[in-house]
Amino acid sequence: MSEAKKAVVTGVNNAVATPNSVSLKTFYSDMLLIRRFEERAGQLYGMGLIGGFCHLYIGQEAVVVGMQANIAPQDQIITAYRDHGHMLACGMDPKGVMAELTGRSTGYSKGKGGSMHMFSSEKHFFGGHGIVGAQIPLGTGLAFADKYRNTGGVTLTYLGDGAANQGQVYESFNMAQLWKLPVVYIIENNQYAMGTSVDRSSAQTQFYKRGVSFNIPGEEVDGMDVEAVYAAGRKAVEYCRSGNGPMILEMKTYRYRGHSMSDPAKYRTREEVQTVREKRDPIEHLGQKLVSRGIATEDELKAMDKDIRLVVNTAAEFAIESPEPDLAELFTDVIA
Amino acid sequence: MSTQILMPALSPTMEEGKLAKWLVKEGDAVKSGDILAEIETDKATMEFEAVDEGRIGKILVAEGTEGVKVNAPIAVLVGDGEDARATAAPKAAPASVPTTPAAAKAAQVPVAQTVPIKLEDPSLPEGTEFVTMTVREALRDAMAEEMRRDDTVFLMGEEVAQYQGAYKVSQGLLEEFGARRVIDTPITEQGFAGLGVGAAFNGLKPIVEFMTWNFAMQAIDQIINSAAKTRYMSGGQMHSPIVFRGPNGPAARVGAQHSQDYSAWYAHVPGLKVISPYFAADAKALLKAAIRDPNPVVFLENEIVYGRSFPVPKIDDYVLPIGKARVVRPGRDVTLVAHSICVGLILEAAEALAQEGIDAELIDLRTLRPLDTETVIESVKKTNRIVTVEQGWPICSIGSEIASQMVEKAFDWLDAPPTKVTGKDVPMPYAANLEKLALPTVDDIISAAKAVCYRA
Repeated sequence: MSEAKKAVVTGVNNAVATPNSVSLKTFYSDMLLIRRFEERAGQLYGMGLIGGFCHLYIGQEAVVVGMQANIAPQDQIITAYRDHGHMLACGMDPKGVMAELTGRSTGYSKGKGGSMHMFSSEKHFFGGHGIVGAQIPLGTGLAFADKYRNTGGVTLTYLGDGAANQGQVYESFNMAQLWKLPVVYIIENNQYAMGTSVDRSSAQTQFYKRGVSFNIPGEEVDGMDVEAVYAAGRKAVEYCRSGNGPMILEMKTYRYRGHSMSDPAKYRTREEVQTVREKRDPIEHLGQKLVSRGIATEDELKAMDKDIRLVVNTAAEFAIESPEPDLAELFTDVIA
Repeated sequence: MSTQILMPALSPTMEEGKLAKWLVKEGDAVKSGDILAEIETDKATMEFEAVDEGRIGKILVAEGTEGVKVNAPIAVLVGDGEDARATAAPKAAPASVPTTPAAAKAAQVPVAQTVPIKLEDPSLPEGTEFVTMTVREALRDAMAEEMRRDDTVFLMGEEVAQYQGAYKVSQGLLEEFGARRVIDTPITEQGFAGLGVGAAFNGLKPIVEFMTWNFAMQAIDQIINSAAKTRYMSGGQMHSPIVFRGPNGPAARVGAQHSQDYSAWYAHVPGLKVISPYFAADAKALLKAAIRDPNPVVFLENEIVYGRSFPVPKIDDYVLPIGKARVVRPGRDVTLVAHSICVGLILEAAEALAQEGIDAELIDLRTLRPLDTETVIESVKKTNRIVTVEQGWPICSIGSEIASQMVEKAFDWLDAPPTKVTGKDVPMPYAANLEKLALPTVDDIISAAKAVCYRA
């Protein structure tokens, strides 16, 4: 996946931010990988193989896939706890991610982090944070370090509509603009902060305007359309990389599953979810486009799905068969 | 009728200061609000305004005089009709205040108390020279030295740069290192603590100053959830080499929200190292160690101790290991354990106890996590008695932990119950008498030491 992404990054040089056919296919397979991975994770949770909290990304795939296609090797990524999709989009190995979900020694955190706490120094993925809103100052600090060291790196800091109401978000906005830090704040507005809809929790529901009082530009994006995400992300990353300071992107998206596996989702109707699935599904939507534009055939898409299912099955088997951490690991990596 | 103008207290902890400059001269008419003089406290140079109208009759303390006690008369204000020059100096002028520039020069004593204690450090070469400096200067030098040797070290916090530090700890750093590395933050503790942790994840070594640890309550989530736990949660992949530092514990008369000792709070947390020194040499050497440490370090200073002067070894790159207590004074009869400002109290208590024939061994913990239990146990094996002293609250305190460890690991050597002297179990009161009552005193320590020695 990371190989393919590099091709996208170097392949797109035209002034108009339109992904070429190769990247559209990659977007499709990247989104599908996240979808199938999450479906499988949900299944393993039901079987008791994954414990605790498990927040699935199903429905929101276009956001991270469209955004990550814009980054360069020196860039940083950080998010909260609905993070499996972000890790896969960063090019982290599905086996290592799934094995962390099952709490095994082969997981990214040796089984000691779990669903909400995975990291990859290699892929510049800085977690994986469980406290709503805490990742925003952290992401701002990643960007601070890049500016301090003049690396040319940009940080993508993801947060949800719920986190957007935390005070530390605005502390971060203030410092990021004050010091012109290269950070894109991506607000994934999936309409619900756990069980509370944005209308019931937010005085200003147009989250892209949340930076106005700091003079941070913001843009509303159809987060169910990977092409739109890609185009907006490209502009934002360029804006930040050029030294203009931070930018906010509000992604209008939707999660199909509950907040976590233990959420009965009684705060919304089944019809509401069904309508989005049928009319706005990011993967379905792109699949239809690929076929209608003659970029891929139905058969190719099916073959892609088959390959991805194999990848996910392999990851699941690996995650189930890997040993639990050695008991001595209880006391390792507390302190250096 | 003449009125005395008195040396003002310009900060909660100021006891004396320097009369830096007179802006009026004898015979000048002044009205309320006029600037009379510039006064240098241990923190800043402040302007001092007139309250009453009149004419400056006599200047009693020459400019440039150091160590002028708060409330000492510094000038006489006379009514309009009176002959300024004829007014005699009031009797109240204290003998200790030098009134001529020559005398002022001779009185170049450090602003605060000097404790003449020789600090043993076996790592120091024979014949090492010592220089006397304040804890404040020692901390500043530690940061400056580390910033010189490593470009990834930077300082951020409220008022650390242009203001030169709310408590003057970062004085001169902006000038030497520039605004890239000495950064004034907005008042946004949670935000800049988190930003510091993120910067540490991404290759920098931040020193985050909290104006006081009381304000770090806003940031404690970032310190614990983001800084302390990440190494573990990431299976060792990611970590934050960051120092959080600032004054901890009660200052003086600043009330409940500004007077709290957080030693036990942070010492509780796996993934952190916690340092709380007393002497200037330890402050310097341990802050340098903290900056180099690959773990998040909580460095608890003390506002009242900032101005105290102690000898510091005059050697390049003096660094001490984190996690080692110091036996400040060997003794046979009872072990007194403290950290930070309370080390000063046990030193005083030990002198008084010696008068009564009780020979106390004094331990300065210096580091609270990892706690050097070994040194304490070795001492208890010798003295068979232990009293812990701290300003924090009694429940789940540092003393509670030490008592528990002694009962578990040195039970057979104990001849008396381990005893705690702590702050009282109340929010800090404002009233002077109540505040005094809320804090541990030398007398409390003497009583506790006598009690464990079964001496009335």
